[in-house]
Amino acid sequence: MSLMNFTRTALKNFFSRPVTRNYPFVEREYPERYRGRVAIDIDDCIMCSLCMKRCPADAITVERDKKTWSIQRMSCVQCALCVNSCPKKCLSMERHYAEPSSEKTVYTVTQPVKESEKTERQEAGGIPEADTSVCVFCTLCAKNCPAGAILVDRTEKKWELNKDACVGCGLCASKCPKKCIEMKQDQK
Amino acid sequence: MREQYDMREIGHGDIALRTLEHKRGGYRLGQICALRTEGGYELLYSFIKDYHMTNYKVKIDEDTEIASISDIFPSAMLYENEMTELFGVKIKYINLDYHDKFFRIEQETPFK
Amino acid sequence: MAKRSVIPFGPQHPVLPEPIHLDLVLEDEKVVEAIPSVGFVHRGLEKLIEKKDFNEYQYVIERTCGICSFMHGMSYCEALERIFDAEVPARGKYLRTIWAEMSRLHSHLLWLGLLADAFGFESLFMQSWRMREKILDMFEASTGGRVIFSVNKVGGVLRDMDKDMLRSFVDAFDGMEKDIKALTSTFLNDFTVGSRLRDVGILTQKDVISLGAVGPMMRASGIAIDTRKLGYEAYGDLDFEIITSEDCDCYARCEVRIKEIFQSFDIIRQAVQKIPDGEISVQVKGTPNGEAFNRVEQPRGEAIYYVRGNGSMYLERVRVRTPTFTNLQALIKTLQGCQYADVPILILTIDPCISCTER
Repeated sequence: MSLMNFTRTALKNFFSRPVTRNYPFVEREYPERYRGRVAIDIDDCIMCSLCMKRCPADAITVERDKKTWSIQRMSCVQCALCVNSCPKKCLSMERHYAEPSSEKTVYTVTQPVKESEKTERQEAGGIPEADTSVCVFCTLCAKNCPAGAILVDRTEKKWELNKDACVGCGLCASKCPKKCIEMKQDQK
Repeated sequence: MREQYDMREIGHGDIALRTLEHKRGGYRLGQICALRTEGGYELLYSFIKDYHMTNYKVKIDEDTEIASISDIFPSAMLYENEMTELFGVKIKYINLDYHDKFFRIEQETPFK
Repeated sequence: MAKRSVIPFGPQHPVLPEPIHLDLVLEDEKVVEAIPSVGFVHRGLEKLIEKKDFNEYQYVIERTCGICSFMHGMSYCEALERIFDAEVPARGKYLRTIWAEMSRLHSHLLWLGLLADAFGFESLFMQSWRMREKILDMFEASTGGRVIFSVNKVGGVLRDMDKDMLRSFVDAFDGMEKDIKALTSTFLNDFTVGSRLRDVGILTQKDVISLGAVGPMMRASGIAIDTRKLGYEAYGDLDFEIITSEDCDCYARCEVRIKEIFQSFDIIRQAVQKIPDGEISVQVKGTPNGEAFNRVEQPRGEAIYYVRGNGSMYLERVRVRTPTFTNLQALIKTLQGCQYADVPILILTIDPCISCTER
């Protein structure tokens, strides 16, 4: 037991520079991995809605028919699960936090309509169904499925769909070289 | 390497006996928890000595009233109050019964 | 005849970082009985399992606590890995160990600061939290979050740390260790600090067993049990001694936690040296079916996890027995017979985490 133990620390502290930053005037440098707010590169988005499905806080809404992607910034928990699961890697975490506000607002991005897509891509929505008499079992649909919902067995000549995992993005139908996949609208 | 533990199923009449056995054997109470099943509850009692854990599973109906073990292990009081309040398990003779006031929450308990 | 009175303590009190309510029955200045009640921050996290599937729930469970958030995520994933019978690759295990030990450092430094604040040593509090800030910066650099890390997943971890990053952490530890040593001499040797901590809140070995106290509470009473010795994650490969003290009072608990800080530095150094190359996670397939218990040593003591799945995406039950919940009983015991002025220190000595307790 002794007295004056803290004197050295106190003196050292007295003559050294402050460890804190002069906040509003000195900007903080965020590390590379910093998980700030979620940003989207809407041009690359394929509206697969996997981010909406995975989001633990239900903060993301994807409306395929309106071609919009929206996020409730106040609900987002910055877990980066959407960023990690995005098949096109069009989502990212900015190195900046979402601004505080007094109102809960929804941030929405609308995708501009692309000319090439109008003809090439089938209408999304519903669930895909393959005509196995035409199918060549190339597995291209399974490879392109963002949700990993399609199972193709070339040797057994089998095409299977996991309906629970399917997000109805229509990517498989647009990628099919034989055009044997059809999106059945009424089934989902 | 994963820890090994025992899991046994017993009737609700045996709880006090087993607890006393473990108390005398130098065990401490690990935890008690309830989970809701079809038409009843499952209660899990864990006892720990050094690094060894023994668990007992007790299946009871919704109306079965069980006896508290808080006189044997005082710390059981908190677990039992939690179970009666949040799950609705009927437990009698708790040494400090809060009568559903342990968690000071606004909502009606138990949660179904 | 002493005058009996009941004093409500909390949920709002300068010494409490989180809300807990105690009804203290006093005889003059002496506490004869303490009755706790909780629930001010009850969020129903265990109930939320009905709404979130088992992958999403990882992000819910790590919000149980703001301090051992990594450990909550880790032990939940570990319990599920037991059900899946999946083995995390060695590198994933080491990374988890390193992050878990960093959590312990950050938790103990936070506690030291709060303790200093409780006995009125403001500048000691600030110095402790200044050290903690460095750990938080390391977390931010390695995981992307300061408090909630979101790096666990069922089957491993999501982020890797490269050699340079690990090296830079270990190098920073050398400087920190010196600074913390200077601070801890105040905690352990200072006369005024000692007079507040010594012989306060005695908890005998017998009480520890019957009340089920865990963690530093248990080890400060001379019982050498540390759940890390079960060898989960990479702890089986690392060499460390269980830290105990025989004094059974607040001073002993402070001493145990301070020694654990230096032990954590040592464990991280060992882990950085031994960390193998390779994958950091495995893919788990299917849905959980079965039940599993899992135990880990959190900074506050042993936590018990129970997980049961029924073969669907949604688990049937997740139960978290946090260390504070069981230490609450020990708190009631130590409060009996203490002076009213010592109540804040006794509450802090169990390192209360009320959000954990209520879930």
